[in-house]
Order: sequence, then structure tokens, then C-alpha cells
Amino acid sequence: MLKVTIDHHTLEVPEGTTILQAARMLGPDKAPPAMCYYSTLEESGGKCRTCLVKIEKNSDQEPRPIPKLAASCRTLVQDGMVVANQSSEEVINARKDVVELLLINHPLDCPVCDQAGECDLQDLAFEHGVATTDYQEDRRRFEPQDIGDLIKLHMNRCILCYRCVFVADQLTDKRVHGILGRGDAAEIGTYIQNAITNDFSGNMIDVCPVGALTDKTFRFKSRVWFTKPMNAHRDCAQCCGNVVLWMKGNEILRVSARQNAFGEVEEFICNGCRFDSKSTEKWTIEGPTKISRHSVISQNHYAANPHTPWKGLPPC
Amino acid sequence: MLLTHRSVIASHKKMSFWERLYLPAILGGLRITLKHFFLKKVTIRYPEVKRLFAPVYRGLHVLKRDDNGAERCTACGLCAVACPAEAITMDAAERKPGEEGLYREEKYAAKYEINMLRCIFCGLCEEACPKEAIFLTDRLVPAQYNRPDFIFGKDKLVEPPDARVDISDRQNLGETRC
Repeated sequence: MLKVTIDHHTLEVPEGTTILQAARMLGPDKAPPAMCYYSTLEESGGKCRTCLVKIEKNSDQEPRPIPKLAASCRTLVQDGMVVANQSSEEVINARKDVVELLLINHPLDCPVCDQAGECDLQDLAFEHGVATTDYQEDRRRFEPQDIGDLIKLHMNRCILCYRCVFVADQLTDKRVHGILGRGDAAEIGTYIQNAITNDFSGNMIDVCPVGALTDKTFRFKSRVWFTKPMNAHRDCAQCCGNVVLWMKGNEILRVSARQNAFGEVEEFICNGCRFDSKSTEKWTIEGPTKISRHSVISQNHYAANPHTPWKGLPPC
Repeated sequence: MLLTHRSVIASHKKMSFWERLYLPAILGGLRITLKHFFLKKVTIRYPEVKRLFAPVYRGLHVLKRDDNGAERCTACGLCAVACPAEAITMDAAERKPGEEGLYREEKYAAKYEINMLRCIFCGLCEEACPKEAIFLTDRLVPAQYNRPDFIFGKDKLVEPPDARVDISDRQNLGETRC
């Protein structure tokens, strides 16, 4: 076990743990934000630089600090390491700059985007970003590409986190999409308009931190904060069948996988559950999904006292 | 105890001849009526004459169009979530090719309704709007006979392309505020 101190909290973690994983043990409010790292996807991380931390002491053997800020998702914990995350002003400022860099090419179309309200980049920008930018050039633009009837791709919104590529690689047996082009021209594509039809392709929607990949069957149906998320399950031959139903009245508008406190999918679900089972008879509803009361999704949902047991469908 | 000095103690004493004539009393009343012809009026002749509204007055909403005549509202739902009275409901739809002149963004409000009986004219919708689409104007919400008539749809809220609603006062107000 290695001893690591993050923001003056000391904890012991097994060997091979990254700083980000160690910080997440302290809780979601203590952990650095991550836009590309996804704990269940191998090889993810190291691209967005939002999880930068300051390493004030490398280890007990090598007590010097690391001169540059390190990406916590890719840096392994050393014994006796001292890390500053939120306590360091340098980190907060660097993160602010990272947000500005991520927003350079991100269109500010949140009023149109279906991801608004549950978007990681929106939360990050709200928390760290500044309202202005020094960037004066035009944003990059891509021709809209059709990648099938179920998933809508908005390449202009993509921040190139590669999560969807890792999902397709690690969850399905045959990936048909990837990053094409390099640098500013890098884009998610299927190369010659190949439709993504794999049975687990819908999980790309859930892992996408922005609104680049959204549910086409939910497109413009409702803003996410007008829906009521409900935990539900069903017997599914292909997946675990544990989902969140985004309901309006008794109508299921969208089905998504359940997410943990870090916004990561707990168990991936199949397209049969996600796209083809939008009637309440198919699901056993367990109760409302727990949403942070600071989230816009819980706005105007006058939940009764949280300690009272849940009875029946709450009014929407 | 006397509450005012104008009270008169009623008595049943016999009226004099002068009082029984009644004519002087009638003339006195007419004199008061005539006097009011020449006094300053406290009312105005609405709707021919309208009172000047303060620039902060918050009346009937308008959904603005942009300079090209396309609707600015993109049905983002921020007005509805900001509305403390929950008066606003909307349905979004996707713009089809060829409708670029009608709607400014890719998404537009296919249905947009404000329940004027619920609305408290607080102006939070206007403040929440990221597209400068909704404004409260100095127009009044007309009285109706039936409750369903108070649910104003897009037909009543969106400004006609040929009869724009001037909201420049309110926009300037936003710049000078705070």
C-alpha cells in the first residue's frame, strides 16, 4: 500500500493506482474533473488535461516536486506523494485555461443541444471557465454526417476525447467508426457513410461528455430538465437491464444507462433496452433516480421530503 | 363623541318656505355639476389615449423575430425552467431544409404557450432567454370571457413580420442596469 496526500487528506492506496483514482476515493467533490478519462475504458485519459494536478512532493525517495502540472489520470501514485488539487491556485488557473482551450472549437449552441443540462463540458465551464475568450478565429466546422437512425453525430461539438472509440473497441467486436484526419481536421466518422448498427453502439451516447453523440430518437423531444428520471430494470438477454428512464408523464422519452457519482456508466446497456423498449409495460420501475439538487434536472421537481418513502408516480 | 365636524344632527323641524321651494337646492347641485366641466379630468379616454408606461413596465410578452424575420426562439426551455409560476410550456421541433427564413436555429418552438392567468409578469423569462427572443412589453393582456382564451399561443405571442413590436427601451434598460 502506498501513502498519498491529496489536498491535505492522507490515504493509502494499492500500487498501480493513479492520482485521479486515489482522489476519487475522497469523493466526487474532491476529485479533479475528467473529460476524457473513463475508469471502465482501458487506455482512456491523458487527452483533455482537465485533471491536471500539482505534485508538490514526488515520493519519499525523491522528495522534489514535479516542475510541471501532471495529468492525474495518467500519473501513478508513489509512496509518500503529496498532491495539490483544489488547494493550489496554479491548478485552478490551469484548469480555467484548459476550459478555454476546450471551448475554442466548441459551438455555443447549448440552447439547441440535447445534452444541455447533463453536459460535462457545460458543468466544467460553469465551474471553472470565464465568460470571455481571447480566441478570435472562426470555429472549425464540419459537414453534418449521418451515422445511422439511432445516433446523431454533431462533429462541431466534439472535443476528441476518444471515449466513443474506446467503447466501440472494448465493448463490441467490430468497430466501424474512428477518428479521421489529423489536428484541426480530426473528426469522428464512419468512413464512407457507414451506419453504426452494433447492438451496444448506443453506449457511445452515454460516454460522450458533450453533445457530439446524442440519441436520435430523443432529438428535440424535450429538454432534459422537463423529464423525470426513473430507475427501472427488466430482464434482458443481452445486458444487465438496469437503466434510467427519462419520463414525461407516463411516456418514456429516453432510456439511458445508470451513472455513478463521477458521471460514468455503471453497466453498459444494449440497444434493445435503449431504443426499442419505450413503453412502461416493459419495465419494472424502482423509483426516482437520485439527481443532485444543484443540477438543473432537479429544478421545479417539487420532490416531497426525501426521507418519505416513494409512493406511485410523482407528478411531472 | 363626534367623529367629524361635518355631521348634522337630524331634526324633524318644519322646513321654511324657502326650503320648501327646493329650487335653490337644485340650482346649488347644478352649480357643482357645472363646476366639474371645467376641472382637470382624472380619467383618460382609453383606448384612444394611452398612459405613458414606465420603461420597466412588464406587460404582455412578445416573441421577437431577428432582422431577417426569422423567429429567434429556439425552444431551449430556459424561460420555462426560470418561470416561478410555471406558466410557460413548449414543444420543440427540428427545422427542415428550406425553413431557414422562418426559424433562426436548427431547432424551433413548434408550440409555445404562456398561460396568462398563471403568469405573474416577473420578467424572469426575459432574463433567462439566451437568444433575446422573449421580451415583456408595455402592452396589456386583454380581458377575456373564457379561461382557455388566456392561454396565449404562438399566434398571439410571435410578432408579425410586418408589425414589429418595439422593445428597444427594454433592451437599453438592460445595458444601463446594474
